[in-house]
Amino acid sequence: MGTIDLSKSDPNFRDQLTREPGGEQISACFVCRTCTASCPISAVNEKFNPFRIIRLALYGLRDEVLKNDFIWLCSSCYACQERCPQGVSITDFMTLLKNLAFKEGHAPVGIKTQMELIKAQGRIYAIDEFDNKKRNKAGLPSLPTSCDVVKELLA
Amino acid sequence: MKYALFLGCTIPARSRNYELSARKVAERLGIRFVDVKEFICCGFPIKTIDQGSSVVLGAYNLSLAQRECLDLCTLCSSCTSALTETAHQLSGDGPARDQVNESLSRLGLQYDGRVRVRHIARILYEDIGEEKIKGCFEKDLNGLKIAVHYGCHYLKPSEIYDQFDSVEDPVSIDGLVALTGAEVVDYPGKKRCCGGPVLPVDEKVALSVTKEKLDDIKGTGADALCLVCPFCSVMYDSNQKSIESEYGASYGLPVLYLTQILGLAMGFDRKALGLNLNVVKTKEFLSKIGL
Repeated sequence: MGTIDLSKSDPNFRDQLTREPGGEQISACFVCRTCTASCPISAVNEKFNPFRIIRLALYGLRDEVLKNDFIWLCSSCYACQERCPQGVSITDFMTLLKNLAFKEGHAPVGIKTQMELIKAQGRIYAIDEFDNKKRNKAGLPSLPTSCDVVKELLA
Repeated sequence: MKYALFLGCTIPARSRNYELSARKVAERLGIRFVDVKEFICCGFPIKTIDQGSSVVLGAYNLSLAQRECLDLCTLCSSCTSALTETAHQLSGDGPARDQVNESLSRLGLQYDGRVRVRHIARILYEDIGEEKIKGCFEKDLNGLKIAVHYGCHYLKPSEIYDQFDSVEDPVSIDGLVALTGAEVVDYPGKKRCCGGPVLPVDEKVALSVTKEKLDDIKGTGADALCLVCPFCSVMYDSNQKSIESEYGASYGLPVLYLTQILGLAMGFDRKALGLNLNVVKTKEFLSKIGL
């Protein structure tokens, strides 16, 4: 798991997080590790460890948390959040971290691509005329092949 | 009973078998679906990087359902959770809704917090009920062993779902499958995630999560896996072959949507339920019930 280097701690990071939805309860974590024990990702890959991410955040290790790839391995399955005895909204907290990381320019290409597709066409999978032909053949209604409203909505 | 049918992105493009079977089953049960062509992405895929935009997309879809004076029926569990969460957040007056309505007003729309979001399995379980469903059955699926996968977002986060089923010991889908006469088999790791949301981040990690469940189910002798979400289907059905070749494993486990299983019990034929579109072949499975 490696050692935690506190020399790079940003004392404001913890306060910033506890003011945001998903971060309110993180200080209540008492390190029982129920989250990690419940996590389907931790079970197959030790790089992802929710209890450790909460610790790093509480220690103010901003870059260590936001610039690392491991936060993106959270599958948002809510197993940890449902079971946390301290009421920490762990999945919502991971989402908060990912949102902050994205704002600072860090996100996996696959995730950024989904955003670009949605901004361009309103869907992650566009519908083309060929899809509509297949849909109609199966007795299903056609769907629009383009979407303009999303540009207005996300302007 | 009338709902606006929310298909989302994956189902109309990649899971027409789910859409076909859901429409057939709903029609047989007297559920009327209204198609709203303007529906767009539910917001789920971008929640991870931009929650604000995700809520705007969700609210846009909810406002369209409101315009039709209808609640939403969803088929995808990810759409269900994103839209339910947005509906939950915007149910009361307040700055969150005002802010979203500012974006919606650019399109002449507004959302006033009235729309309910329901996954089709929840509608069958809560509103249609056992008796009516059984009354539509023509074929006994006795002899089949089926493992059920609930996935994550059909039930979680529990605070947005009014506790309609238990997160730790869910029964709603098991009960619906059992109505058909099929035996529902239990297995370790039943509540485990499919790994799908990690697929665009790290395919290897995602598939290793998927594999664990396939291994667990293999030990039960189940004839098929039943699920209620197209993302889960991508992992267990579309990716089953890749997992087999990557790990030198052999599963050959047919993966059916709940509505395909109920549709078989209702006597619909293979093609009407889109079973020809399932990736893992269902021929042997169907021959067990004389089809």
